[in-house]
Parts: sequence; C-alpha cells; structure tokens
Amino acid sequence: MPLALVPVSVRLPGGVVAARGMMNDVPPTRPNGSSVPVAPASAPQPGHTDPALIRNFCVIAHIDHGKSTLADRMLQLTGVVEERAMRAQYLDRMDIERERGITIKSQAVRLPWQATAGAGTGETYILNLIDTPGHVDFTYEVSRSLAACEGAVLLVDAAQGIEAQTLANLYLALDADLHIIPVLNKIDLPSAQPDKYAAELAHIIGCDVSDVLRVSAKTGEGVEHLLNEIVAQVPAPQGEADAPARALIFDSVYDTYRGVVTYIRVVDGAIGNRQRVLMMSTKASHETLEVGVISPEPTRSESISVGEVGYIMTGVKEVRQSRVGDTVTLAGNRAETPLAGYRHPNPMVYAGLYPVDGDDYPDLRDALDKLQLNDAALLYEPETSGALGFGFRCGFLGLLHMEIVRERLEREFNLDLISTAPNVVYRVVMEDGGEVVVTNPSEFPGGTGAPVQQSGMPKGKIAEVHEPVVRATILTPADFIGAVMELCQSRRGQLQGMDYLSTDRVEMRYTLPLAEIVFDFFDALKSRTRGYASLDYEPTGEQAADLVKVDILLHGDTVDAFSAIVHKDKAYSYGVSMAQKLKELIPRQQFEVPIQAAIGSRIIARESIRAIRKDVLAKCYGGDITRKRKLLEKQKEGKKRMKMVGRVEVPQEAFVAALSTTDSGPGQGAGKK
Amino acid sequence: MPSTLPDGDPAPRDGALPPSALAELAGRGFGIYVHVPFCVTRCGYCDFNTYTAEELGPAPGASRSSYADAAIAEVRLAGDVLGEARVPASTVFVGGGTPTLLPPEDLGRILRAVESEFGLVEGAEVTTEANPESVDRDYLERLRAQGFTRVSFGMQSARPHVLATLDRQHTPGRPEQCVQEARAAGFAHVNLDLIYGTPGESAADWQASLDAAVAAGPDHLSAYALIVEEGTRLAAQIRRGMLAAPDDDVLADRYLQADETLTRAGYEWYEVSNWSRQPGDRCAHNLLYWTGANWWGIGPGAHSHVGGVRWWNAKHPAAYADRLAAGASPAHGRETLDTETRRVEQIMLELRLVDGLDTGALDPAGVAAAGVAARDGLLQPAALAAGHAVLTTRGRLLADALVRRLLGWDVSDEAEATLSAS
Repeated sequence: MPLALVPVSVRLPGGVVAARGMMNDVPPTRPNGSSVPVAPASAPQPGHTDPALIRNFCVIAHIDHGKSTLADRMLQLTGVVEERAMRAQYLDRMDIERERGITIKSQAVRLPWQATAGAGTGETYILNLIDTPGHVDFTYEVSRSLAACEGAVLLVDAAQGIEAQTLANLYLALDADLHIIPVLNKIDLPSAQPDKYAAELAHIIGCDVSDVLRVSAKTGEGVEHLLNEIVAQVPAPQGEADAPARALIFDSVYDTYRGVVTYIRVVDGAIGNRQRVLMMSTKASHETLEVGVISPEPTRSESISVGEVGYIMTGVKEVRQSRVGDTVTLAGNRAETPLAGYRHPNPMVYAGLYPVDGDDYPDLRDALDKLQLNDAALLYEPETSGALGFGFRCGFLGLLHMEIVRERLEREFNLDLISTAPNVVYRVVMEDGGEVVVTNPSEFPGGTGAPVQQSGMPKGKIAEVHEPVVRATILTPADFIGAVMELCQSRRGQLQGMDYLSTDRVEMRYTLPLAEIVFDFFDALKSRTRGYASLDYEPTGEQAADLVKVDILLHGDTVDAFSAIVHKDKAYSYGVSMAQKLKELIPRQQFEVPIQAAIGSRIIARESIRAIRKDVLAKCYGGDITRKRKLLEKQKEGKKRMKMVGRVEVPQEAFVAALSTTDSGPGQGAGKK
Repeated sequence: MPSTLPDGDPAPRDGALPPSALAELAGRGFGIYVHVPFCVTRCGYCDFNTYTAEELGPAPGASRSSYADAAIAEVRLAGDVLGEARVPASTVFVGGGTPTLLPPEDLGRILRAVESEFGLVEGAEVTTEANPESVDRDYLERLRAQGFTRVSFGMQSARPHVLATLDRQHTPGRPEQCVQEARAAGFAHVNLDLIYGTPGESAADWQASLDAAVAAGPDHLSAYALIVEEGTRLAAQIRRGMLAAPDDDVLADRYLQADETLTRAGYEWYEVSNWSRQPGDRCAHNLLYWTGANWWGIGPGAHSHVGGVRWWNAKHPAAYADRLAAGASPAHGRETLDTETRRVEQIMLELRLVDGLDTGALDPAGVAAAGVAARDGLLQPAALAAGHAVLTTRGRLLADALVRRLLGWDVSDEAEATLSAS
C-alpha cells in the first residue's frame, strides 16, 4: 500500500498539491489506552457478532471533499473516541506513528452504533468503515477495498459537485454491486449548492433527488441520520458461519516490530487466535499470533468471524507472502475454492531512479527494498546508464505513485535522486516476428545513435510499435468543451462520447495514448479549464502507432538518459526543445560541444555550446594565494557533482532540469511555455 | 589584497614561527611588503583593505600620520621573530591603498627600518605603487632620494568614460606624464597598471589605452581583467542592472588584444597578467610570490609567508596599531601548509609564469594530463618535452582549468587519462 506510512503531500502531475494519507492511516496502539472508551457492554464482541448486525461500508470521495472529517464525526458519535480525546482527522496520524516505529494501519474501523431511528432503533449494530484511496493510480486498491464491503457512501462536496476520479470509483462500486448512499457534504458552506448537485448525483446514480442525504461533517449536522441510513440501507453480509473459513486479504502492511499485518474480510467461517492459516494461492502456512479488530486502536480478540473485518498477524516478515487478493483459510479445515480475488496491477509507467551521488547506490537499493515491503506494486531492477551511472529502473502504477515513491525515498531515506523522464511500456514487433517489450527508451531496437550496440538487442527492422492506451474521463464545465477537445486532439486523443451531467457540466470520454498523459496533461487540462476540469483514466489496451526513438547526442555520444520514444509528428519538436534546453543548462567546456537530436542516424536538430575561452583569475599576488587555493578547492568539490558524458561535464542540475516533467518530455512539443 | 581574510588557525601572540619554517629562509629570496591602507576615495570596483579618512574616523593609531610608526614597530617585531634566521631583503614593495598619500619621507623611514633590521641586498628592488593624481615631479624626486628604485602607476585606462566608471580620479594623459617624470627623477623601472573589461569599454577604447601606455614607454606593464568582487559598489550596480557584467568572451578578446599589442611593441609576457621589456625588468618582488619564496607583509591585513607558514594581519588599521602598541604580533590568523598544499600552490602559481612549472612537481596522472593539455594547445609541446609546463597564449586564458586538470581535480581526468593512454 504505497500511501500507508505517512500523510505525504503529493504533487500531482499538474503541480496540484493534494493531501494524501487521509484514509489509510492508522491509529497507534496506545500503551496507556487512556483515551480509548470502553465499548458499550451491550455491543456485540468480535467473533461473536451476528452477521445480520454487521454493516460493511466504505466512503468514496474526492480529496478535500471531507472524508476524514466525516470519519472523525462517526468516531465521536459512535463513542469509540471520547470527546476529550478527539482531534481533527483522528485517523491521520501517521507522522506520529512513524516516530514511534509503529506502522499498523487502520484500514477498517469497527464502530458499534446503537441505531436511533428506523426499524432497528435501540439495537447495536457493528459498522465497519473501510478506507479507499481516491486517486486513479490506485484503482486496484479501491477495488479490493470495495470487495470487502456491501455498501458505499458517495461523499460529494456540495459546493463543487462530483469529480472525475470519484465518478470512476463510483462506477467501480456499482460494478461490485455495492449499495450506494449518495451524500452531499459541506452544506454549511455559503457557496454550497445542494439542490443543484443533488440533482446531478441523482442523475448519475439514477435515484431520486430526495434520496441524496445532506450533511456537514464539520458541524456534525446530518451525520447521525447518515449512520442510521447505513444501518437501514446497506445489506448485511451474507456468509456461512459453519463453512470452512474463507477470508479475503484486502491489504497487508509491514510493521517494523511485528512483521506483516494482514487485513481481512471474513466471508465464511471464522479465524481465531493461535490457529494455523493457509494462504490459498501461495500455499504459505503460518500460525496466527494475534487476531483483532481496529476500534480505532488495534484490539485483540479471540477470533473474527463471518461478515467481520479485522486483522491477523503471523510474524511473517515479507508482505509478498500475504498477497492482497488472496484467500485465507484454515490449514486444518481448508476451503475448497478461493474467493474471487483481483488482478495484481502491472506497472504502467517506468522511470530510472539514480542517486545524485553514486556512493549512495547501496542506500538506494536498501531503501527500495524497504519501501517494497509496504508497496507490493513497486517494481524495480538495477540498470546502468552511461550518463547517470548505477541506478534502478522502477515500475509504477502511475505518475502519482511515482511521485510518492520518489518523495518517500528522498524524505524518509534522505536520498538525493535524479529521475529520468517517465515512459510507458512499448511492445515492439520486429519484421522477423520477434517481439521486444521496452520499458526503457535505450532498449528500443535499432537506435543506431548508440556507439555500442547493446548485446541482446534484436537486429533487423521494426514492423510495428504498440503503445498502451487509456480511456480517459474528463468532467468539465460546459464552457470549456472546446478547450478540452483541442487539448485532447493535440495529444492524439479520440472522442468516444460526451454526456451532460447537468445543464452546465459535461462528462467527456476520450481514448488517449498513455504516453500523452504521463507528462503534463493534467497540468494543461487544469490551466485550460481554469482548474475546473477533473480527470480519470484507466488502461484499456494498446494500439499500433507511428513511434520513433529520439536520441540526444552530446559531443557525438548518446546520452541514454535523454532518449525518448515519441510520436513521429513530435520527434522534431522534442529534439529541438531538448537541444535548446541542454544548450542553456550545460556549462561551456574547454572545447566546442555539439548537441544533436537524432532518429537513428538521421540528425533532426542541432545546437552547439561554444568552447569556454577564459578560466583564469587575472590577479594572484601574495595576499590572494590562500583565497585562490580555496577557490580551486571549492571548484574541485563542485566538480564532484558533475557527471561525465564522454568528455563533457554535465552538472547534476542539468539532468534534473532537463528531465523535469513539468515543462519537458516527449508529450510536449517545442514552443510551449 | 582582498579585504576578506581567510579562515585560519589563531596566530601566537608573539608571532613566533617554528624552527622548520625559519630554516627555509636561508638561500632564498626574501621580500618585505608594506601595505598602506589609505585612499582619498574608494573606487567602485575595489575590495582592497583600504580606508578613506572618513571611514577611519578619529580612531587613534589609525591615522596616516601615525602609520609609519606602527609599520616600523612591525618591522622591528619581524626582526625579533626571525632572529638569527633573518636574511637581507632582496625586494621591498609598498602597496595599497595609496602609498603616495604618505610623504616620501615616511615611506623612507619604513625603508630605513627594514634596512637596519634586515639589510638590503645589493641592487635590491624597492617599489612603491602610486596614483597618478597623487604625485608630482617633486614627490617622485623625493621618493627616489629615499632609495626607491621602481614605481608602479595605476593608469587603468586612457579613456575618460572608463576612468569615470572605475571612479579613478586622474585625468587621461596624467599617467603617461608620470612615466616621464619618474624617468627624469631617476627611476630605472616604471610600471603602468591597466584594467580591461570595464562596462562600457569598447575594443577601440582598450586599444587606445594600450597604445597610450606603450607610447609612454614604461619597461613593465600589467593588464588585469576587471574582477567584480562581492560587496563592492560595482557589484551592486551590476546586480541592479545599472551596468553590464564583463563577459568572459569579451575579456578573452581583450586579453589577446593586449598580448598582441604589447608583444608587437617589444614587451614579453612573463606572468599571465604581466609583461616586461627585458627579463631584468620583471618585478622581482612579485616573482617571490609566484615562486613560493618568503616574504613578510607589514601593515593592516597584510599576508606573509615564511617556510610554509602563512599568516595575515588584523585588518583594521586601529586594531593593527593597537596590537603593536601592546607589544603583540598583529597577526590575526595563520595556516601551516602541508607538503601537498605547498605542491598545489606551486602548481597553481608557477604555471602562470613564462618559465613554467617543473613537471617534476606533477604526479604521473598530472604528467599525463599535461600531455593532453599540450595536444589541446594549452601547453607548449617543446617546453613540455624539456620538463616544463609552459602555457600557450590560449593556455594562459584557461590556466585555472589547467591547474585543476594537472592536480587531478577535474572530473574529466579519467576521460583524459583514457585519451592519453590511447
């Protein structure tokens, strides 16, 4: 789970800062336990809860639409957190957690709720609030959270309306047959337009406008009603208490002290303490050292049974042994068939990560190893770049995932990194029928610019190049339809359809090459719609496209880090812009340095860095000697931050600036900005 | 002398030097530098340790009138510190500031003190710097009478708008007159200092300055690229966009222009920024600096070097005078150079000279780098073959880069080594 450890602040591709971690965060085990209220004596206990009294639900919301605040109110109203212990965003305390070395996450909070209205009035129900990430990169994580629920609260800001990512997650929830409770939040805001957005939600879900609940998580207004509606509307889990145990793993995280903590939703039977469990796909078998529920602190229990949500610990140190989507059963009383899991996601975006200081390479490897314990989606393997030295080619679920990983490596492991421009995965079919999967532009067959042909690179001609495509959903005010169309067309997009969500909001569906949106698409979209449009995308397959590799040569040597696979129509502008940019970024050398952009052996752009002509201090007398020597020593230090490309010294900053995704990359032609 | 002092170790109160340093005095040239930290006005480009009367205020001990006494006190201290190890001075150089703000007799008194403490070798070079506007024929005659043998005038430029940008006070033509007056007063050696690359100076302006300087007939010329030092008024003007920063390519052009003009006029370069008529006209004092010899710097902020120990005096004239009045060394900080640091300095300094650097000072990688540099046209191949790294004209403009390469302080070393091996 990439988002689990810290509430990182994440820069979206568009430079939009979004607070993350609001949902995967975990309350600590409190040694004193003082502020944890005792659950009502009447509340059903874990392992002994009638499934009819259980309501498993999640909250689908866009960042900033108030999910954390709503969770706070629910914690308070249900009494699991006392008033005096309450603080804002109770579940978002990962920084504190980290300092204490505890990384247990609250993926699911158990909330006993004595219904105050409806048929079940007076009865105490168990509400399990299961978290979902909000970003498109983590669609697979949303899916697995949804699989543990029977219902979903669709939480939408009453001043902003639904966002594309929320819509995408809503569709996932509908696909999973969840019962949806539409809720407008922030009705206390002066700018709230609850009537307008209630109509919009009703239109999208196909419900009545009066079915849309209205709350203010901030003031608490309507939250009690919402809890009662969850009891009334969300179906109770179905499962067989007497059948062999089957539980779905919907998350697993690594805790430094206790090993892997596995979050499960029990579908059939029960899983108890000190029982030998079996992971049905990996066949790994371990004894449970602890089982329990989160309420909101981890609380041990004897067992967790049918319909319940909780955690198990087995002392295992490797997250991969406890694979998300797998089914847990009991070794002694095995289930026959596993539950339907979910597909493990393949990385969509690749980039090379290199330490600025080559000596940090072992530290980078250790850091990646540690990160992967909690982030099974992160792939990496060592690679060597002629320009950047030793590093790793890393696969990410998307750009946000990449940004988070990089930020965590830099912040938590104190590394200075250079990242190459991200690229997607290409499938290259050769004329002789051979196939190459390219995750690094330098592996693209037939790059004749390279002085040394890499061994194992297929010879011969390329028949076809396939690139991944996505189905993008863009929600925008109707005023910006033209601007969005123009942008998507410039990115080789094809309009698939368009629907009015309300009189002034439109949902546009496009097929776009993934490569066209991994750079600055989100930025461009936001700037063309004054920040109003939202974007969601999901991979839908691949298409053949006219793609070429553009190499950048410095003084005749290919700089592998700058090679890019781009559409033929954009190759020229990419070459020109990179050459111009490098001309500005690379300091003058003692000789003239030609910069060339080439497709194969054909030069498509050329610049030149003039030779430096003066590097001498005019005066050096008695009083200058010490100062001058120190200046030389300082220059020597400065040289350490230079990378050699052939005979050319390139400062690290030049790599960082040239590879920055905000204003460069194959997705963007020259002449912009 | 830049006004910012380096970081260093504290110097002992009595200024005592280790015997190993003193042992190096014998058999080498020894110079006395005297720093006179006074100016009438401060020039916009100057970051030297100098003060106007206004800047100094009424601080006791820091005035022009009491300066010679303080300086003489340090000369006496120098004699005590060097003790038995002392050798006669082969050069004396009075710099500033504006030394000629002091009466020639004051400068003479300091010179007498040097003579009595150390003695002067036969034919010792005794130089003072002078601002063209601060001297006249009478002054120069009195200087000569005090025993000075050489005078160096700050001409900077022959063009009024360039002088104005530099805040220089003299009128064009005056420095050339000074040369004639100095000759008439009996000075065998006269230098003119020139500055190129001043904002607003054209190639034609620079040519006019070079021609005027050559026409005046000094036996020695220095030409310096304008350095924009942090904290100066010039730096502030450039930062605010009021003046354009000197461009390195333009400076390179100006340097080549100077070298060509001066060579054609019969001057030979002997250090990156210095030219003389005959080898005997070279500045012996400055050569001490460039060859790692020993010298004692008298005066506020002055630097000294004796046998691998380098130190620098308190910067402010009042602090300087106070320490001496208290019987203490005015040294503010010092550093003791280890063998490798001395080698670094040797390479850094001797490479700037026409006689070049003895390649014996280089390690094997440095020798290889020198070979590459010769092939790159930065060092003279014939001299290198004879064991001397001597800069070509282009090499002089890239001397610092070459020093880094010879020291192996350049990332391209590996590449260079590979190239030279192939």
